[in-house]
Amino acid sequence: MTVLANPPATRTEPPAAPRRRANRRGFGFPRRGSVWTYAALLAIVAGSLFPLYWSFVVSSQTSEAVAKTPPVLIPGGHLFDNIARVFDSTNFGKALLNSFIVSGSITISVVFFSTLAGFAFAKLKFRGRKLLLVLAIGTSMVPQQLGIIPLYMLMTKLGWTDQLAAVIVPGLVTAFGVFFMTQYLGRAVPDELLEAGRMDGCTTFGLYWHVVLPAARPAAAVLGLFTFMQAWNDFFWPLVVLQNNATVQVALSSLASGYTTDYTLTLTGTLLATLPILVIFIVLGRQIVGGIMQGAIKG
Amino acid sequence: MALKATLNRLDAKGSPYLYVVPFFLLFGIFGLYPLIYTGYVSFNDWNLLDGGEHQWVGLANYREMLQDAYFWNSLGNTLSIWVLSTVPQLLAALWIAHLLNHKLRARTSLRMGVLLPNITSIVAVTIVFTQLFGRDFGMINWLLGLVGVGPIDWQADTWSSHLAIATIVIWRWTGYNALIYLASMQAIPHDLYEAAELDGASSTQQFWRITVPNLRPTIIFTTVISTIGGLQIIAEPLLFAGTSTPTGGSDRQFQTIALFMYEQGFREFRFGYASAIAWTLCLIIAVFAIANFLLTRRIANDEE
Repeated sequence: MTVLANPPATRTEPPAAPRRRANRRGFGFPRRGSVWTYAALLAIVAGSLFPLYWSFVVSSQTSEAVAKTPPVLIPGGHLFDNIARVFDSTNFGKALLNSFIVSGSITISVVFFSTLAGFAFAKLKFRGRKLLLVLAIGTSMVPQQLGIIPLYMLMTKLGWTDQLAAVIVPGLVTAFGVFFMTQYLGRAVPDELLEAGRMDGCTTFGLYWHVVLPAARPAAAVLGLFTFMQAWNDFFWPLVVLQNNATVQVALSSLASGYTTDYTLTLTGTLLATLPILVIFIVLGRQIVGGIMQGAIKG
Repeated sequence: MALKATLNRLDAKGSPYLYVVPFFLLFGIFGLYPLIYTGYVSFNDWNLLDGGEHQWVGLANYREMLQDAYFWNSLGNTLSIWVLSTVPQLLAALWIAHLLNHKLRARTSLRMGVLLPNITSIVAVTIVFTQLFGRDFGMINWLLGLVGVGPIDWQADTWSSHLAIATIVIWRWTGYNALIYLASMQAIPHDLYEAAELDGASSTQQFWRITVPNLRPTIIFTTVISTIGGLQIIAEPLLFAGTSTPTGGSDRQFQTIALFMYEQGFREFRFGYASAIAWTLCLIIAVFAIANFLLTRRIANDEE
């Protein structure tokens, strides 16, 4: 708990006032940010925000307004008309639902199975543990995209083309998740607690359920977030295998790939597809940032 | 009682395997097996339209590939976009991490702002940028027009399309890498800086003599990861074309290898040929990842 609630990123700084003079001489690190530091960072953040802001501006304008010079930079009042148009002209609602089903089931499953495997790797003794762990980590380096043709053939054989299972099943557990949980549980669950559980007659699965899962909650939240975002944003494999039963990213790409593209419509779709992720990010951004920095130190 | 003891022992010894088996099973079926099977398919004349009929042709697909001008074109494009995106991206990330490593107000918000591009999808980002890079009404051409440049038809030329696609990659990944660098920077002991300060080292000297050498493992990590990703780039060039044709522009000016593989496999349905391309790409990625690792280690060593 403490590890993730207080990643190095958010550790409390010593009181600033007594050190101010020393800092001005440059002594003591990190230095206080100067006006230029803030200016540069604000410019970078503005650059990061702009494309998203722009898609919002276009989504709220009429199609004619988009072709104006100089460009319109202020949101207009047509956002809801455009959203209605997206749902009328494409099967966007179905695509959104598909994406929620896919991302939701992958997230739950990845968290469950990664925690289970992480528990075994971090806390249980068994022959070949080290070797299997190295194998598991090594698999994350295998570029999956390159096996796409046989994978597609396999899905055809299983009759899973155009079915959500084709996207869900291969994503049910990830090497990253296993590694992440192994690292976390190694520190977060005291061996004494597990031994006490065993004394009380718990089976190993009982230990997992009653001791490990509750202890894994903070890390599970971060892993779940990452998994959901990744599954939601996945494009290439769904494009190949779900031609007629699109997820939201695939629907978006077909919206954008007409020969005469209606930009207002397309960027409204972009906004709709990004919105769920954006809401998650605004609410839980601190955990996401902390999780990335945490993972970086361990990795 | 004896039965219970046996069951307990069985549980303790056997259950760990049960817990890790889902991962290896799924990875085996949906990760490893397809990759290896790609190798087998690549030695066949295998066309989906023939109803799964296939014929062993040995190295014919590889021979054809090496003589295919489109293949070499896509390889050149991939390398060009990779260099154009990776180098500025990692340098900018290092600088942003350095900025973020100051004592700052609104620290979390700034970090979130920098990371924001990374949480958006490739599809969304590429669509927005394709519009910004539009020839007639794109904002970038409008801005360039203000300083008397342009208008540029970004999709039309090799250099301009590569630059535009690299911009999309840079925009999406710089902040992510910056946070990874930042985490490493914060793990560097403060005494190193204090000692350097006493010796009269300037802020720039401290950055190059202390920060960068200490980040060496992280720099290697990010370089290898961006290379593996950069060489497989497919969604950006596919969507940047604005139509659903996987040729990467009318003259294939921005078709990458992965996109060429997709075209051959899922538009021409030449599974054997596409598999040969996939295996070649896999090999190229492995070579680059290793070369990258050795090279970055060397460079970072020299700076110490």
